[in-house]
Amino acid sequence: MASRSEAIDTAAIVRQSLHGRRFSPGGLAFELSLLVMLLVSLAVLVTLLADIISGALPVFRDRGIDFVTSGITLDSATAGVWTGLVGSVGIAIIVAVIAFPLGLGAAVYLEEYAPDNSLTRFIQTNIRNLAGVPSIVYGLLGLAVFVRLVDLIGLGGSASTGGRNILAAGITLAVLVLPIVIITASEALRAVPDTIREAGFGVGATRWEVVRHHVLPSAAPGVLTGTVLALARAFGETAPLLVIGVATGFFSAGSAGLFDRLTGPYTALPVVVLSWSRQADPAFKENLAPAAILVLLVVLFAANTAAVVLRNRYDRKW
Amino acid sequence: MGSRVAESKPVLRLDVRDVASVPMTVTIGERSEPAADHPAIFDVDGLNVHYGDFHAVKDVSLQIRKNEITALIGPSGCGKSTVLRCFNRMNDLIEIARVSGSIRYHGVDLYGSEVDPVQVRRHIGMVFQKPNPFPKSIYDNVAFGPKIAGFEGSMDDLVEEALTKAALWDEVKDKLDGSAYALSGGQQQRLCIARAIATSPDVVLMDEPASALDPIATLRIEDLMQGLKEDYSIVIVTHNMQQAARVSDRTAFFTVDMEQTGQRTGVLVEFDETSKIFTNPGETRTEDYITGRFG
Repeated sequence: MASRSEAIDTAAIVRQSLHGRRFSPGGLAFELSLLVMLLVSLAVLVTLLADIISGALPVFRDRGIDFVTSGITLDSATAGVWTGLVGSVGIAIIVAVIAFPLGLGAAVYLEEYAPDNSLTRFIQTNIRNLAGVPSIVYGLLGLAVFVRLVDLIGLGGSASTGGRNILAAGITLAVLVLPIVIITASEALRAVPDTIREAGFGVGATRWEVVRHHVLPSAAPGVLTGTVLALARAFGETAPLLVIGVATGFFSAGSAGLFDRLTGPYTALPVVVLSWSRQADPAFKENLAPAAILVLLVVLFAANTAAVVLRNRYDRKW
Repeated sequence: MGSRVAESKPVLRLDVRDVASVPMTVTIGERSEPAADHPAIFDVDGLNVHYGDFHAVKDVSLQIRKNEITALIGPSGCGKSTVLRCFNRMNDLIEIARVSGSIRYHGVDLYGSEVDPVQVRRHIGMVFQKPNPFPKSIYDNVAFGPKIAGFEGSMDDLVEEALTKAALWDEVKDKLDGSAYALSGGQQQRLCIARAIATSPDVVLMDEPASALDPIATLRIEDLMQGLKEDYSIVIVTHNMQQAARVSDRTAFFTVDMEQTGQRTGVLVEFDETSKIFTNPGETRTEDYITGRFG
């Protein structure tokens, strides 16, 4: 051992090294540039919102809720989004009724029942690819198949409508969002730990009982969230509706009954925005279209909030 | 390899082995000596398990006897859990698993084509390594098995009985509707034991049931097993040799062998009464393992 005088005072060295804080210009510049990128993105969003709200404000100030509850007219002073809102909600309901059971069923089969082989993986990959197919392609599919199908089975409405109605639109958009529902439901099912399945099988449950009593309840929040987000996507779609013959002009559904509304001409909220923004009357373009966009955004925001609330309320910790 | 069970006649071995050469101090708890007349409920003969190309377990032969605790011990990868999961056909859930050889359960070929694995698991309960209660209430955890099995008596009584047998009733009787996840790890594992015995099984399989628990919770599980032995036959996989020595009547020692192809495979080295395995093993490899020279 070294003598006491030669002993190195390690504590002093440690103390000194603790004070080595240096200014790093590169690091700071990087952080700042990241902040700028964030601010630019936010600025775009804020500008967009400000533009819409400033355009929409006079409409809501002058007419209030009347704008939401009025149907489409040619007069910018009385025109409202009601027809579009009803059409969009109707489409969303049809989408939910079709896409939720189909998507959940497909996901349960893929995750819980299908053998883990190359065919299953091929199918899974292609469902992911389908989710990336441009929506206009689904519009062409809808026109070629669903519009004709709806007309063929006698639900096409009048001769002039010829299947270009909410039913055909709902089916088309259901097929459009189906891959999203399958993918999110699959992910929710995959997130259920295998230990839960083993526990179920361990007490003598059949596969169906394990799925029904343990896997599905555990996956429910994720499945519901995915479905709500898929509905929100369908709610905002425009392009496929244009292809399959949504009404872009003015029409009156009047006091039509439920059946006539389902089989007759229809329009949807985003389509209303589109047709108004092409009107000659500047009030349509500058005030009514932004106001309709605002209604659309509020609905979408509500749907997304519902999805978050659902997830938070029912999410389980393992 | 093959079935060493047949070779290891304990009477013969006492003469040839020097008991004092085993430098192992293991307290073997007081318990009824395993009577030779306990009937075998599982008769395993030439069991082989493959996972795809991987030969996980090779030529295992042993018997599990009624109202005894049989411990499966050995180093990691020796296939002891794989063997355990053959007893209730849990390996069926792994697609690439392939089981050959014969496991007779009360004389019935467990892997026979007419046997329903779901029914098998109602007779042969399982407790897993990590406590895995269902994300439901304590009550529902216990009641699920009997419910799907079509139990028609008083579910409340059954739940109480199972929880009492699992030494958990007093701790949870006031919060049966509370989440099973609110319990401590040791309590969760006892809940899993209650869940396993609620279906009135014949056999309870335990796959390292205490490895995720602290020493006190571990001892409670071990005490519990001694009581459960009266009603059930228990097979336990454990890493912990002291645990095997403390709780089991018979011990099967597995190890890892190299096959000619260079692949590792699990083999049964020795199967005998626990007292023999720990004081007078018939195989050098068993002795090396239990004395801590490897594994």
